[in-house]
This record gives sequence, structure tokens and C-alpha cells, in this order.
Amino acid sequence: MAMTMTARQRARVSLYVQAGIFVVATAALILATDWRAVGNSVFNFGKIGPLFPDIFISGLKNTLIYTFLGFILGLSGGLLLALMKLSSFPLYRWIATGYIEFFRGIPALLVFIAFGYGVPLAFGVSWNVTVVVMVSLGMVAAAYIAETLRAGLQAVPRGQMEAARSLGMPQWRAMVTIVIPQAFKIVLPPLTNEVILLTKDSSLIYVLGLTASQYDLTKFGRDGISSLGAGLTPLLVAGAFYLVITIPLSLLARKFESRSARTKR
Amino acid sequence: MNDVVTNSRNHTGSLNAAGVSIQNLRKSYGTNEVLKGISLNVSPGEVVCLIGPSGSGKSTLLRCVNLLEQPNEGTIHVGGFDATDPDVDIDRMRRKVGMVFQQFNLFPHLSALRNCTVAQTKVLKRSQSEADKVAHANLERVGLGHLADRYPDQLSGGQQQRVAIARALSMDPELMLFDEPTSALDPETVGDVLSVMRNLAKEGMTMLVVTHEMGFAREVADRVVFMDGGVVVEEGVAEQVISAPTQGRTKEFLKRVLDPTHIEISE
Repeated sequence: MAMTMTARQRARVSLYVQAGIFVVATAALILATDWRAVGNSVFNFGKIGPLFPDIFISGLKNTLIYTFLGFILGLSGGLLLALMKLSSFPLYRWIATGYIEFFRGIPALLVFIAFGYGVPLAFGVSWNVTVVVMVSLGMVAAAYIAETLRAGLQAVPRGQMEAARSLGMPQWRAMVTIVIPQAFKIVLPPLTNEVILLTKDSSLIYVLGLTASQYDLTKFGRDGISSLGAGLTPLLVAGAFYLVITIPLSLLARKFESRSARTKR
Repeated sequence: MNDVVTNSRNHTGSLNAAGVSIQNLRKSYGTNEVLKGISLNVSPGEVVCLIGPSGSGKSTLLRCVNLLEQPNEGTIHVGGFDATDPDVDIDRMRRKVGMVFQQFNLFPHLSALRNCTVAQTKVLKRSQSEADKVAHANLERVGLGHLADRYPDQLSGGQQQRVAIARALSMDPELMLFDEPTSALDPETVGDVLSVMRNLAKEGMTMLVVTHEMGFAREVADRVVFMDGGVVVEEGVAEQVISAPTQGRTKEFLKRVLDPTHIEISE
């Protein structure tokens, strides 16, 4: 029978089969789930009242602050590293390459522990939690952002630099006024991705000793697990709040993407 | 042609045209020598067209004049500057030398007007209002005053190239370099760009033009220089070089370029 079908009929049958597999798999998953256990320990919304309003007022706010500070440091550090990596001076290139490979290669958790415990121990200083988060997140972010920005800077046509230099602009001025603004436009979508990753990485703050006013979303969730008797439900709530931050960011990134695709500016 | 040099520039006051003097210029990329000892003089107010086949080194020669390419040997004097002096203030020299590229190289994130003002304010430290005035005058001069607020991607190729010329003129250059300014253009927009260049030549601007437009060279250039294989093969009065070349290589090249059935492949 298959031999008698047209290409269009075959494509339609194939789609039906794919949809069927999806429906069966979903049904199997639903049937296999122990809904009573899940209801008690994951969707137990009856007991999570005490999370509010603090998880919203304090937790969401702290997550946003930590992410923002980390991003600002990461962006400035990343730009510096990207320019170093493109420098004609070999020492700069080596330093930047070494930094990027190191901080991209180790888990962010280790960086948090290093700056939260190692550095204070080594230098006898005690850092404010906010500073530790900013430095840890920022230094990891700088490594990733540096690579993104480097690619963006290199994507700006060489003629742009030549035209700017031909008008008498010194190298740095041409970079600042002509090349970097164009590079940022190119890397806006991947840069938004970095912010989303940072938002989630800020949860690593849990390895530090925190006072209640410093709790971020995840810490609220983890605390709730032990104190509320609602199983993992508090983490589900925390997760939902992350989506409140990250989904708008994704939409923003998509908007930038479609806009730059339309105008190619 | 020097006797038609007049102070006719409409907003900058007196015209300062600079000359160029190139002596024994050599340039290699690795083992590939693209300029093999070029000497060339351009007097203030003179228009010189560089012609020749692809790979003859004419674009490289032009780019050496404002040091977009670093020559290996020889000297270049531009106006009062010794371009080949290692201590030359490149940026100061480049302010005097306008450059127009084959691919326009307009700044895509800036409007036509801002393309013409950005270097005025950042390099010449003119006030924004003064820069705007100069930019508007120069956009008017290339016939695009009404499109000042457009962005480059909203302009045709010919319009973009005219904005690029206005951008260079806004710095009050004493010398203009054109690197195949019409090679990337649709045929119907070539004329507008050439007529802007023709007017510029009439106003007494020193111009060094790499071009394949033989009609333009014959009509506008004071002198034509034919290059091939990194050397100057023949140079002289435009009409004479194009209509009655003396060298075999020049004759062959012109025959190919002027033959309407020949398809020119640009570099």
C-alpha cells in the first residue's frame, strides 16, 4: 500500500505516527506516576503559605541583585578580556586565553567556594556575601562573555575599522565609537543567554553562610524543604520564580534577534 | 588643469589642496611583491587616475598613501607629512586625506548625517551644531540633503557611496583617495557618483582615483597612470594614454576594457 501513496500522503502519515508516539508516551508517563506520592511531596501547596511573601519580596529581589551585579562585572571583565584576546601584544593574549580557559573549565561552584572561604582564609579578610557573589559570578561570567564578545568584535567587517581610521580616529576611538557598538548589536541574543545562565548560577550562593535577609530563591526553597513538611514543593515554587525572570529575558532576546534580522543594522 | 584651481568650496573658506610624492615604493605580502618600486607625483589640485588589471597593485598603492597598508621600502610625502617616517602622527595626517572605499564602509549603526559628523566631533572636536552644518552642506553637495536621516541600509549603493564621499569631505581633506568607487555599484547609479567626483575635480581637489571607468578617466583626469605587475608601465596625459598608448601591455589592457563584449571581473 505504501507504494501507492504520494509524497504528500506519506508525509501526512508520518506526522500522524509521530503524534501518536507522543500521545502514547505521555499517557504511559501519566499512568506510571504515583500521583499520591507526588501530590504529597511535590504539589503540596497547602503547606507552603509561610514561604510568602518573603520568597517574593526578599528571595526574588536578592536573586535579581546578585545576577545584576555579577553581570555588570562579567560584562566589563568580558569586554576587557575580549580586547586583550584580540590584542597584538602576545602577553595580553596569553593572559586572556589562560583566564578564559581556567574559569570556563572549572565548575562555578568551586569558584564560589574559593571566593567564599579560600580567599578570606588566605588574606585574612571577611567579605560581605554580596561581594562574594558578585566576584564569583562576575569572574565566571567574564570568561563566557569574553568569548561571545570576541566573536562579535570579529564579526564587524574590517572595513569599518579602516573607514574609522581613515577619518583620523585613533585605534581606541574607532573601537569605542564604531566597532564596539556594532559588536554589541551582533551579540545581544547570545548575551541575553549569558544573563539567563547567570540567573540560575546565582543559586550557588547556597554554599555560603547566609543570613535570612540574604537568601535567594533557591535558598528559600531549600530551607522550606526542611521546615515546612511539604516535601519538595518549596523548590517547585522557587523554580517557578526563576521562570518569571528567565522567560521574559528569552522573549526579549528573540525580539532583538528578529529585529536585527529584519533591519540587518 | 592647475589653472582651474579656484577657491570654490562652499563652506570651508579657502581650499588647501595637498600634493603627493611617492618615491621607489615597495610592498610585499610574504614573498609576493605587489609593488616593485613605484614612483609617482601628484601635484596639488591634480586628478590622477590609476588604471590596470586586477592584481596590478593599484589599490595597494592607494592604500599605502594613507597607511592602511604599511610599505616596506620607499618614501611617501602627503602635504607636509612624511608618511613613511616611523614617528609620523598617522591620525593627524589621515584627517587631511579623505578615503572612499569600493564597499563604501559606511557606519551601519549611524544615520547618513551622523556618519558625516562622528569624526568631526570626535576627531576635530567641532561642536555638534557646527558638525551638523558642515555635514548638511556636504550631503547637499552630493545631492542627498533630503536623505540625511536615513540609515545606510535604507539607501541604494550609489546613495551610500555619495554619503561616503560627503563623510570624507566633512573633514575638509586636502587630498581624496578613491579605491574603485563605482565597482560595487549597479550600473544605473554609477553616473551619480561619477558626477559628484567630476564636480569635486572642478573645485580643485587633489584626487587619486583607482578606477575601471575609462570614460571618467579620459574626461576628468589630468593624468592617467597604467600599472601592471606592481610597476608603472605607462603614464601621461589622460587622453593620450587612453587613446594612443605606446606600451604593448597598455594597449592590450585597454583593448580588453574598452571592448564591449569583454566582461570585466573586478578585484
